[in-house]
Amino acid sequence: MRYERPETLEDAVGLLSATPERSHILAGGTDLLVRMKNDDFDADLVVDIKRIAGMGEIARTDAGFVIGAAVPCAKLAEDAALVAAWPGVVEAANLIGSTQIQSRCTMTGNLCNAGPAADSVPALVAVDARVKIVGPEGNRIIPARDVPVGPGQTSLAPGEIVAAIVLPEPAPQTGSAYLRFIPRTEMDIAVVGTAVVLTRDADGTVASARVALGAVGPRVIVPDDAAQMLVGTTLDDDTLARFEAACSDAATPIDDKRGTVAFRKEVAGVLARRAAKIAYDRAGETQ
Amino acid sequence: MTTIAVSTTINGDDVEYLCHADESLLDVLRNRLGLMGSKEGCGTGDCGACSTMLDGRIVCSCLVLGAEAEGREIETIEGMAHGHDLHPLQTKFLEHAALQCGICTPGFLMAAKALLDVNPDPTEEEIRFWLAGNLCRCTGYDKIVRAVQDAAAEMRGDAA
Repeated sequence: MRYERPETLEDAVGLLSATPERSHILAGGTDLLVRMKNDDFDADLVVDIKRIAGMGEIARTDAGFVIGAAVPCAKLAEDAALVAAWPGVVEAANLIGSTQIQSRCTMTGNLCNAGPAADSVPALVAVDARVKIVGPEGNRIIPARDVPVGPGQTSLAPGEIVAAIVLPEPAPQTGSAYLRFIPRTEMDIAVVGTAVVLTRDADGTVASARVALGAVGPRVIVPDDAAQMLVGTTLDDDTLARFEAACSDAATPIDDKRGTVAFRKEVAGVLARRAAKIAYDRAGETQ
Repeated sequence: MTTIAVSTTINGDDVEYLCHADESLLDVLRNRLGLMGSKEGCGTGDCGACSTMLDGRIVCSCLVLGAEAEGREIETIEGMAHGHDLHPLQTKFLEHAALQCGICTPGFLMAAKALLDVNPDPTEEEIRFWLAGNLCRCTGYDKIVRAVQDAAAEMRGDAA
């Protein structure tokens, strides 16, 4: 196995394109290095992207917050503007792993591993994040939602790299929240994860809402019908009860050791309801 | 497999070594540099026994490649005491008997020091969450938490 540390994205794409079948991108390494220790791991090339300009930076541009692919999740919480704009994304990313893992793990890695229970992915989908992809055929920007296509599978072509995740500037009076269920207090994999983003009108009614459910299907589920129930309301109890039921209905989980289908569907509704209330309150606290 | 030449800084000293592409920083520290304080517990980033500082952040050195350390600054448990002068955390771990077998201790000390660097007055809950990535099978954690609280108070200059 070779280790390469290119200084430009073009060089990184060139290296990956030359060894398309047996190469890996290294940023935080919190998943890749674990896989490398397995006996059946076999690779010719690891491309460390951390020395490429911008990969470790969070930039605020006209497009919004551009989060480089190698930004560790701990750094997200240190960016006051990002925390103020999208607390739901930061709190989701900060749930991943331990303090030590937070120092290294990245949202881009979380997204590209395409694990159905990834914590940051529902949060990214709920804010309608985009990803900047560079590759041998040129650059493209796609919704973060379209990167994972199934467990462990992405829509990235050979040689392509997600260079950054872009979070839009939030509209005024927008709030976001992420809640997950795990059977302990920290350091576990989501049994259910729910993300809600909503924007309030001046009179306090919900103007728009977006909901994303994680760990209850092979990909993140976006129950638009449920989200639409919130629009035009102030989250009264009747609305929230219908919303909760709709989110439960939208979940399509599997039975496994961490939760049954019935349990996960119920929890998806309960957590979505709670996340909606948090997002609503946060929207009221912003200007 | 070819070897990679790496120049880095460990505990303030310039260090050069050769390593393989798939060799972890932990293996470099222990097997090539003789720095045996960082322990290998799980090797998969779950236990924290190999905790070291990398450019000011606490990491599991088993989940860092040796080659990644080029030009970086690393701090290990070997840099914590100055000669026979122990760091307050080390002293308090001894006073509180916050260790038994000792395998987890270097990692706990490094992680606790990283916490106090950014939060000199953590609550018990903050200490427990911060140290959740460090596993100990002997102490039941309580003595470790007390030792960190006591060391933090001493480092702040509060009367015990």
